[in-house]
Amino acid sequence: MALDDVAEATQAGVSTFDAVIIGAGPVGLFAVFELGLVDIKTCVIDILGKPGGQCSELYPEKPIYDIPALPTVTGQELTERLMEQIKPFGAEFVFGERVDELQRREDGSFFLKTDAGREIVAKVVVIAAGGGSFTPKRPPLEGIEGYEGSSVFYAVRRIEDLRGRDVLIVGGGDSALDWTLSLAPVAKSLTLLHRRDEFRGAPHSVDKMRSLVAEGKVRLVIGQVTKLHGDGKTLSGVTAKTAAGEEQLTVDAMLPFFGLTMKLGPVSSWGLNLNENLILVDTEKFETSEKGIFAIGDINTYPGKLKLILSGFHEAALMAQQAHKYVHPEKKLMFQYTTSSSSLQKKLGVK
Amino acid sequence: MVKLTFIQPDGANQTVEVEPGLTVMEAAKLNDIAGIEAECGGACACATCHVYIDPDWVAKTGKPASIEEDMLDFAFDVRKESRLSCQIKVTADLDGLTMRVPAKQF
Repeated sequence: MALDDVAEATQAGVSTFDAVIIGAGPVGLFAVFELGLVDIKTCVIDILGKPGGQCSELYPEKPIYDIPALPTVTGQELTERLMEQIKPFGAEFVFGERVDELQRREDGSFFLKTDAGREIVAKVVVIAAGGGSFTPKRPPLEGIEGYEGSSVFYAVRRIEDLRGRDVLIVGGGDSALDWTLSLAPVAKSLTLLHRRDEFRGAPHSVDKMRSLVAEGKVRLVIGQVTKLHGDGKTLSGVTAKTAAGEEQLTVDAMLPFFGLTMKLGPVSSWGLNLNENLILVDTEKFETSEKGIFAIGDINTYPGKLKLILSGFHEAALMAQQAHKYVHPEKKLMFQYTTSSSSLQKKLGVK
Repeated sequence: MVKLTFIQPDGANQTVEVEPGLTVMEAAKLNDIAGIEAECGGACACATCHVYIDPDWVAKTGKPASIEEDMLDFAFDVRKESRLSCQIKVTADLDGLTMRVPAKQF
């Protein structure tokens, strides 16, 4: 179901929720559970295309040994189990979008805007963004920033932007191969540069790329970029280090695909008190320097902080108690156990 | 204890003594070696603990496994002696191991 179908529309295009959770890693997902138990409806936004955060992006197959009562569980399994556990609460998920703006409105609620232009209003905001937003890695080449957006691209928004250009794609994974196959018919020339003559991308993409090379439609160079040439804004070529020495490649567009890294990103501009790129919170409510904005999991810091998933779970539970005061100020919260409370069991759909 | 030496791009070097059984990345983090980021914490998932093994030691540290080779695709300025330090276990055999830290980890 699309977000806009279920959200109560306050004004054209704006959706409202009790709480917005930024980040769909394990801690963000468990926050849906804890908030759900105290009747807070949530919307979860993540820059990645799927839930799990680092658990699914960095180590889906790696076992985790310190989740209580699960002697061993992989990042992917943990994500799947959390998704199952929070299902009764019907959270809305927005994937592939980054929250860029966060502002307090006059009535005390929050206005959020994503990089896709989606607008959301919420009574409370929970930042569970882990190590920050996953963003494409920028090769440490001198002056590369100046070429970004005009000659250097980390993603292709419109294929037409690259029509008729001399394109260089750098990398050996699926992104590099997929764009090689898609852009070869459009570009004036296409060069694929990779550090070794082995590709970790899907075998059928590798085969297709090899046949384009054999037909002379793609040029494959084994090497690494060492220098960019141009006027600082428009690229005119690059120097590549190859087995034979150096080679000059005449290109006016470069697409480097070196995977993702985590950057704090827009969070740093929301006016929250930070300490070395981490958000300062108290240890009673896990609230930031702004009332109604909470930070839980790896992205927060406080005396004694441990970056453990289980610590994030604890933080989510305490955060929900305070969030309840803001979302349902008229209601008194009674502490209950899921084992014995019939009302909690009703919410969980087990009774 | 096993001695490991890390040489920074500016030539400064630091020798640390660690217990066998740790990874070289863990030894570096434990001793605050600059330039070893290890963003993923040792899961061979980020390529930010990249080091250049001294050529004299390459035979002893061995070659990267294929998962590590794949991850080295994400590193910058990869050379023949490139390794991800989270994938090297410290053993008594490696006493004296010397390696260079790259100028940038990305």
